Amino acid sequence: MNALPEPFAAWFAARGWTIHPHQQAMLDRADAPALLLIAPTGGGKTLAGFLPTLVGLAEGTHRGLHTLYVSPLKALAADIRRNLTAPITEIGLPIRVEDRTGDTSATAKRRQRADPPHILLTTPESLALLTSYEDAPRMFAGLRRVIVDEIHALSESKRGDQLMLALSRLQALAPGLRRVGLSATVENPAALAGELACHPRPCEILHADPGPDPDISMLVTDAAPPWSGGGAAYAIPAVLDLVRRHRTTLIFHNTRAQAEIFFHNLWLANDDDLPIGIHHGSLARQQRERVEAAMVAGDLRAIVCTGSLDLGIDWGDVDLVIQIGAPKNVKRLVQRIGRANHRYNAPSKAVLVPANRFEVVECQAALQAARDHDLDGDPKGPGPRDVLCQHILIRACAGPFDATELFQEVRSTGAYAALSRADFDDCLDFCATGGYALRAYDKWQRLMQRDGMWQLRDPRAAARIRMNIGTIQDIETLKVRMRGRGGTPLGEVEEAFAATLTPGDTFLIGGQVVRYEGLRDLVVEVSRRAAANPKVAVFMGTKFATSTQLSQRILAMFRIGDFTALPDHTADWLRLQADRSRLPQADRLLVESFPHDGRESTVIYGFAGRNAQQTLGLLLTKQMEEAGLNPLGFVATDYATLIWGLDAVPDPVPLLNPDAMRAGLDQWLAGNAVMKRTFRASATIAGLIERNTIGPRKSGRQATFSSDILYDTLVKYDPDHLLLRITRDQAMRGLVDFARIEEMLTRTAGRIDHIRLTRVTPLAAPLFLEPGRVPIQGEGREKLVQREAARLMQAAGLTDL
Amino acid sequence: MNMYAFPFHGETLYALPSGALHWPARGLLCVSDLHLGKSERRARLTGALLPPYEVAETLDRLESAVDATRPETVICLGDSFDDITAADTLDAAATRRLARLQAGRDWIWIEGNHDPGPVTLPGRHLSHLRLGPLSFRHIATPGAVAELSGHYHPKHGLPGIGGARPCFLLDRDRLILPAFGAYTGGLRASDPALAGLMRPGALALLTGRSVIPVPLSV
Repeated sequence: MNALPEPFAAWFAARGWTIHPHQQAMLDRADAPALLLIAPTGGGKTLAGFLPTLVGLAEGTHRGLHTLYVSPLKALAADIRRNLTAPITEIGLPIRVEDRTGDTSATAKRRQRADPPHILLTTPESLALLTSYEDAPRMFAGLRRVIVDEIHALSESKRGDQLMLALSRLQALAPGLRRVGLSATVENPAALAGELACHPRPCEILHADPGPDPDISMLVTDAAPPWSGGGAAYAIPAVLDLVRRHRTTLIFHNTRAQAEIFFHNLWLANDDDLPIGIHHGSLARQQRERVEAAMVAGDLRAIVCTGSLDLGIDWGDVDLVIQIGAPKNVKRLVQRIGRANHRYNAPSKAVLVPANRFEVVECQAALQAARDHDLDGDPKGPGPRDVLCQHILIRACAGPFDATELFQEVRSTGAYAALSRADFDDCLDFCATGGYALRAYDKWQRLMQRDGMWQLRDPRAAARIRMNIGTIQDIETLKVRMRGRGGTPLGEVEEAFAATLTPGDTFLIGGQVVRYEGLRDLVVEVSRRAAANPKVAVFMGTKFATSTQLSQRILAMFRIGDFTALPDHTADWLRLQADRSRLPQADRLLVESFPHDGRESTVIYGFAGRNAQQTLGLLLTKQMEEAGLNPLGFVATDYATLIWGLDAVPDPVPLLNPDAMRAGLDQWLAGNAVMKRTFRASATIAGLIERNTIGPRKSGRQATFSSDILYDTLVKYDPDHLLLRITRDQAMRGLVDFARIEEMLTRTAGRIDHIRLTRVTPLAAPLFLEPGRVPIQGEGREKLVQREAARLMQAAGLTDL
Repeated sequence: MNMYAFPFHGETLYALPSGALHWPARGLLCVSDLHLGKSERRARLTGALLPPYEVAETLDRLESAVDATRPETVICLGDSFDDITAADTLDAAATRRLARLQAGRDWIWIEGNHDPGPVTLPGRHLSHLRLGPLSFRHIATPGAVAELSGHYHPKHGLPGIGGARPCFLLDRDRLILPAFGAYTGGLRASDPALAGLMRPGALALLTGRSVIPVPLSV
């Protein structure tokens, strides 16, 4: 056991602290090649990560960069810098700490490269950029340790893959580098350790004491939740009451739009003028910083927030977490609940608020799962190759490289440990020539081989590559600003939403109702305006699918038929459904058909999660199109797909034939929007499409042609192209989620109950209110467009033209 | 084919779903904004390596339009090439295909802002052209009458019924053609640059599966 050196022991003692066992364990294993620490929030996790660094630097003999700290959030880097300052100044350690993120000034960044601090706090994207510079070998030569904070969150996206590839680069520049990962509770620690390890070297896992079980309950109000929607307006008085009875409450929402609506309604009902703020990723930085500062100062009683507060910024005195809307995923729920009460060894308190009737059932299932410690999660696939392509380009920016050496570095990364040389060479060829069957770019290759070393043909290309580093998907957004010179920035909205606005429309952003005045230089200009029924801005952000485990728990509840744990209003609704039609079962597939609102509707209760139900919608409408049933569109939720069209479905059995579904999948999917969206993301990451170009975007000109055109062209002329293979792989795992359709087909094994009704059923009714409808561009739609065009021509008196 | 016939200054013209225009009385086919060689130009100027198939795709579409209408005259209404170098470096297969399409026809390249000439490929090269009552030029002239042009790549959609499609814009004085090339984007017909050119009561002729006329402003 490494005893804590004297000045540190004295500092702990002065604060009345004793070192936690996991902090001591981290110190004892300071020389391990990789360590993963799993600890609840508030367990002194960050200090545990940094202790070996602080002790190692106490002598004052190390020159240059010693420890790199990487976190998913810029704000977290700044927060950690403040927290490290306390021990460093109080013990009087000779240590320089700086952060480096997208917000750091160009001057400071230049200085950091010439004269790096001992501890540099950064994000995966800023780190990738650092490794792209020619002076990276000098900067990182003396690097001893890297700490990856919130590694469980990074691991869920391509940002984690990019980070681990960057670490493989750092390991080559500094072979003695030790890795530390800090994580919240996860379902599979060994898998996470495998991602962090430098293969074939091991990564040991340390578990801190998880503390007592949280105190979780579901909010039950006198008023029943509505049939659909995510607003949970019915719960406003009860939530305000909870806020009043606690010191500080975090009110989590699954989407930014829902957070906006809830915050708006909360303010309308906030008669006591409780100080309440709102925080989400689409708000302007100044707005977010103001809320964060107020929170740290203890000036706020509640914050309405989204995943932007999922991660560990220390908010101090949070004693209640409220989750509005079903949590979709037990693991995330447990992690969110961990945000309450940063005092170790005191139970966290959380209340679930179902936003609609079905979510009452989901919340009940989540509650049981959390009590059973039954965390959910799907195994990850191999490292994505679009990220690898970007890594190769980044490597090329830093100077000439040997392909075999780079291949070996990449294979030391957990996610790419099984990568074949052929797959690596495909990615390299894509970066160099575009990888097309038609070798058209001999003259304009991006990378060339000279003297056996790969390098940029035109070194000026490095600037463009650096501008497009990163794997975060961005949807085209427009900034929103108050009208007038120097108007306050409010945040951003999706371009598609902005296009629906006409001057005079009102919408919600940052908790205020604003009036759309016009578009100027691609900025949405607004004025302040109170209005009763504002539109809600559309924000980017992911809708998560309800996990397999949660869906299974719901189906199990239906099978047992015991609804006593549920409030009466929900139990009665389910009994009514059982009476009118029947309740879905895990081993049977319920399909309902009925006419509604002038269209023929069919509902398939697959309980396969939003993405798979969406795919089911695409596959079924495609077959219905071929069968001449004129489908017009569909909408999917986590438990069902609703399809509407001009003709009724006589028999769903042939449509749901598993062999036909599997056999035709590739062809069916080739033309659909999900594939195009996935392609766009991969093509951007792999460097085919540029997200950022030099110079501002201009309005009033033909937009650049869309990536959909590139996709269609590749499908037609080069169907085996690397990017199409990547798109197929990722779509199958991600948005297409065919695995869960397979799971549904297996568990129902052809036992299909088709029930024909004369009107909509209790369980189906909420689906008609669901947003996110997908139109089908088929014969049915063509007929509708022609009908509508004819009507407009008639109305305009142009029929004789 | 689901084309759309309309009278224009005493002539009958046909808008085709592909975005080409047919004038049967003159045996004439007109297409605009082919932007051939766009991927080559992007690679040359920016290093981006786009799928190099847009020339083949655009020529496929042109061949279908020629096969369907068997024109005596073909007018390419400007921006036929993404730039002059792109025109000069078209690969052998593409020039052979173009030559086959041109054989036995009067082929007119109207100059555009991307391809102001001189283009070395066969065919007549003109800044603009007058045929009977109609005049053909790349960029619309404000106040012109009986004029056919391209340049803007107009697109338009019906609110609530699906996305924007490339379209012709038509009023009693002018017709603006959609872009015919594979790698082309679009400018919304409501954009002031375009809307300002059209008279009240103008129509958008949406292309796609069939040509669908809709009033431009409702």
